[in-house]
Amino acid sequence: MINIAFNPNDLVTVLPELFLLGATCAILLIDLFLKQAQRNLTHVLSLLALAVTAWLVWSGSPAQATSAFNGMFVRDAVGTVLKLFILLTTALVYVYGRLYMRDRKLFVGELYLLLLFATLGMMLLVSAGSLVTVYLGLELLTLSSYALVALNRDSVMSSEAAIKYFVLGALASGLLLYGMSMLYGATGTLDLAQIHAAADFSVGGAHRNLLVFGLVFLVVGIAFKLGAVPFHMWLPDVYQGAPTAITLFIGTASKLAAFGMAWRLLEVAMGGLHAQWTLMLAILAAISLAVGNVVAIAQTNLKRMLAYSTISHVGFVLLGFVNATPAGYASAMFYMICYALMTAVAFGVILLLARAGFEAEEIVDFKGLNQRNPWYAGVMAIAMFSLAGVPPLFGFFAKLMVLKAVIDAGQMWLAIVAIVFAIVGLFYYLNVVKVMYFDEPAEKNALPLPADTGMRWVLSLNGLALIALGIGWGPLLDWCNQALLASSQFAR
Amino acid sequence: MHLLSLLIWLPILGAIVVLAFGRNAATARWLTLGFAVATFLLSLPLWTGYDVTAANSMQFVESLPWIRMIQSNYALGADGISVALIVLTSFTTVLVIIGAWRPIEKRVSQYMAAMLALEGMLIGVFAATDALLFYVFFEAMLIPMFILIGVWGGPRRVYATLKFFIYTFLGSIFMLIGLIYLHLKTGEFSLAAFSHASLDAREQTWLFFAFLAGFAIKVPMFPVHTWLPDAHVEAPTGGSVILAAIMLKVGGYGFIRFSLPITPDASQEFAWVVIAASLIAIIYIGYVALVQEDMKKLIAYSSVAHMGFVTLGIFIALALVRVNGNADAARLGIQGAMVQMISHGFVSGALFSCIGVMYDRLHTRLIRDYGGLAHVMPWFGTFMVLFAMANCGLPGTSGFVGEFMVIMASFQTSPPVALLAAFTLIISAAYTLWLVKRIVFGPVTSEKVAKMQDLNMQEVIVLGAFAIAVLALGVYPKPLTDLMEPAVLQLVQQLGLVTL
Repeated sequence: MINIAFNPNDLVTVLPELFLLGATCAILLIDLFLKQAQRNLTHVLSLLALAVTAWLVWSGSPAQATSAFNGMFVRDAVGTVLKLFILLTTALVYVYGRLYMRDRKLFVGELYLLLLFATLGMMLLVSAGSLVTVYLGLELLTLSSYALVALNRDSVMSSEAAIKYFVLGALASGLLLYGMSMLYGATGTLDLAQIHAAADFSVGGAHRNLLVFGLVFLVVGIAFKLGAVPFHMWLPDVYQGAPTAITLFIGTASKLAAFGMAWRLLEVAMGGLHAQWTLMLAILAAISLAVGNVVAIAQTNLKRMLAYSTISHVGFVLLGFVNATPAGYASAMFYMICYALMTAVAFGVILLLARAGFEAEEIVDFKGLNQRNPWYAGVMAIAMFSLAGVPPLFGFFAKLMVLKAVIDAGQMWLAIVAIVFAIVGLFYYLNVVKVMYFDEPAEKNALPLPADTGMRWVLSLNGLALIALGIGWGPLLDWCNQALLASSQFAR
Repeated sequence: MHLLSLLIWLPILGAIVVLAFGRNAATARWLTLGFAVATFLLSLPLWTGYDVTAANSMQFVESLPWIRMIQSNYALGADGISVALIVLTSFTTVLVIIGAWRPIEKRVSQYMAAMLALEGMLIGVFAATDALLFYVFFEAMLIPMFILIGVWGGPRRVYATLKFFIYTFLGSIFMLIGLIYLHLKTGEFSLAAFSHASLDAREQTWLFFAFLAGFAIKVPMFPVHTWLPDAHVEAPTGGSVILAAIMLKVGGYGFIRFSLPITPDASQEFAWVVIAASLIAIIYIGYVALVQEDMKKLIAYSSVAHMGFVTLGIFIALALVRVNGNADAARLGIQGAMVQMISHGFVSGALFSCIGVMYDRLHTRLIRDYGGLAHVMPWFGTFMVLFAMANCGLPGTSGFVGEFMVIMASFQTSPPVALLAAFTLIISAAYTLWLVKRIVFGPVTSEKVAKMQDLNMQEVIVLGAFAIAVLALGVYPKPLTDLMEPAVLQLVQQLGLVTL
């Protein structure tokens, strides 16, 4: 029987999450009494809450994996790395999105609270030790996300995107839950580590068919959250329809969380069936790379193009999983972090160029940007070359590590598929650079930039980080690798 | 002394400085020239300081750990081959920047910065002894070239630059897979470790073709040369010069650094593929050059034909040392290929500069728009004829030395190959001399031509420097061959030792 005694030490383990919850509730109350002109206080407080949470995550990070609440919650190195980057990208959403949201009259308390709740959900998700926590974190994240996508109530596209997201998301959650119920039926436990220990994964083992069947549903749920083909249908519409700041959030932070979920479910719980799920993921990865890269070429809307580009990058992340070892997961995590940072730059520039009544989301809106504002054209070009995987930028090295993991796993055909479609992908990224540098601008005047100098600094730093990390990516890679080595409980 | 690091990073630093402080076009030009000249002067100690008697041909070695987890180092080193190419790079860059002094008026600082960044990356390619570092420079140099062609190029520049970028990326990414495979095999990324990896015949074959994909496109060899005429025609003069004089050499350099030492058996087995493609390039592409109406296209095809000699020389040497056991002739072949690379750097750079001179005055590259330039631009006519002679391989010019050495080497393994290769002397003479005849000689064809001004000071400096280099190398190539001898000897010995 499960011992449900309360252990006060558990509160220390979940301190960052507790703090974030408390801070979110406090901000909820404070925001009620603020006038619109004082809304910046919410902004500052939210950033502060994220910063303190990040500090708590970092400083209290235990040397060994610690679990709380009878294994419901696990605090380990993988969780720490992912949480820090989730908090960082969420902070970037606030910083990049503030003026954009204000211009669209979306600068409201709900924006901050929903994002904070979503962040809490993500932190739970990546620290989940049990199927219940996975589902809890996932729902907290997705329910907040549905509302965020629909934040612009007067926009038809926004509402349509939210409904699509909600319907498909609910379906995926249902499938995931169905898969979880099978695992529970087969093993009699909800605890991820205990599932791994209790289940007999060997061929002919008891309930093996049930486990494999359940695994299929888990993979579907994960593929939906990540946006892998053929479960990607929601992604382009949501990217395009959501306010750009929210797209940034869905494209970066929640993808990091989805990686955490995939790792917890596939490796921690179902590691014994890796021969089965690596095959599934390999196929998903190959078609994601193909569909994402080919369809992106036809897009004229930059947000939509980046949506298809996300699909192709998800393909690369899944490739890292195909090598089901800590080094393989480390390459996938490294890739996801890299992807989040690159995408943040791309959306940051879109947000920077957007003004009241003008979205700057069509590719033609970037025409001649180099002549109007060379610095931000340069930053965008860095992001595009990095997304395309051209050295010496960060994106190349992430691809390098994933390719290494794939070839190490003996899957040379997947590596060939990956590079062939990387070349296809090159075209649409270069096209953005072409539009910015080679085309003449529609109007000659220098670009009116928003007055938010803080945002401009952060965005510039974010862009330069892609170069800096392209030169000094070793420490980040080591960090990912050590985190996965430290957190992997089961040796194969 | 971190001379190689300095040579790589000084121009790249210069690019940043020029971008930051080059608002004013004149400032940008002078700043860039300063950085380029400083880099050139710093590259001279490489040449003078290179010890040809030392046991180890790889000198000026630097090594810092870069990415510990995958054992990749920031490892630099230069042997005679690298030194020659690095000096060629820094020399050509100075001339390119002087040549762009007046023609480039739009966004000067960005043009100059792209040139400097390109120079740094090219030197990086020639200096890297770590495969990952090599690959990073190898690919990174596409970015400034992409911008150079796309922003300052001709009417079809977007098509040309996209084709250039995607084409070259396509080849090199297969090479990347090969490098990762070698890394997994050896646990390292150093070229020395790669060349000692024990690979079976099947692995060597795959790796050979992976490298071939990367380098053949860069050289470019027939039939993957089709990006080159487009890129050359649309590129601004400076871009064409860098492309022809240095970027193409990266392909030949790659064959010498990667294909031969790492996959010697497969290189031997499939040498006929490369030799056949080289001969096709020399003869067929020569005929293609003959019918061109656009001067830049003509010189571009002539580049493909001349680079055929480079690949021919490299792979004929392989047959010589491994089949015939003739190490001396093999050295001659590789030396010839290298001399041909350097010489082609000077000659093609000079010819593209000449076309730039004409284009700046009349804004057309069609041969039929010109005629009788000897009457209106006598100085220009003199230079043009000199470089044309070098392009045909006239003795006394640099063009003769390399071709002669390669044909000599070929003769010792296969007289028919030598015979076919020697056809170049007729074909290249045909297209080059006919070009000169139509442009430089004859009556002045139009009033526009009659009004053309002779060379200005910058153009005299550029063409004069190229002319001195072409003649010096043609009359007395010994310093160059001496410089490269230890590296070539080591390569030939290494090839002779390893057998299947």
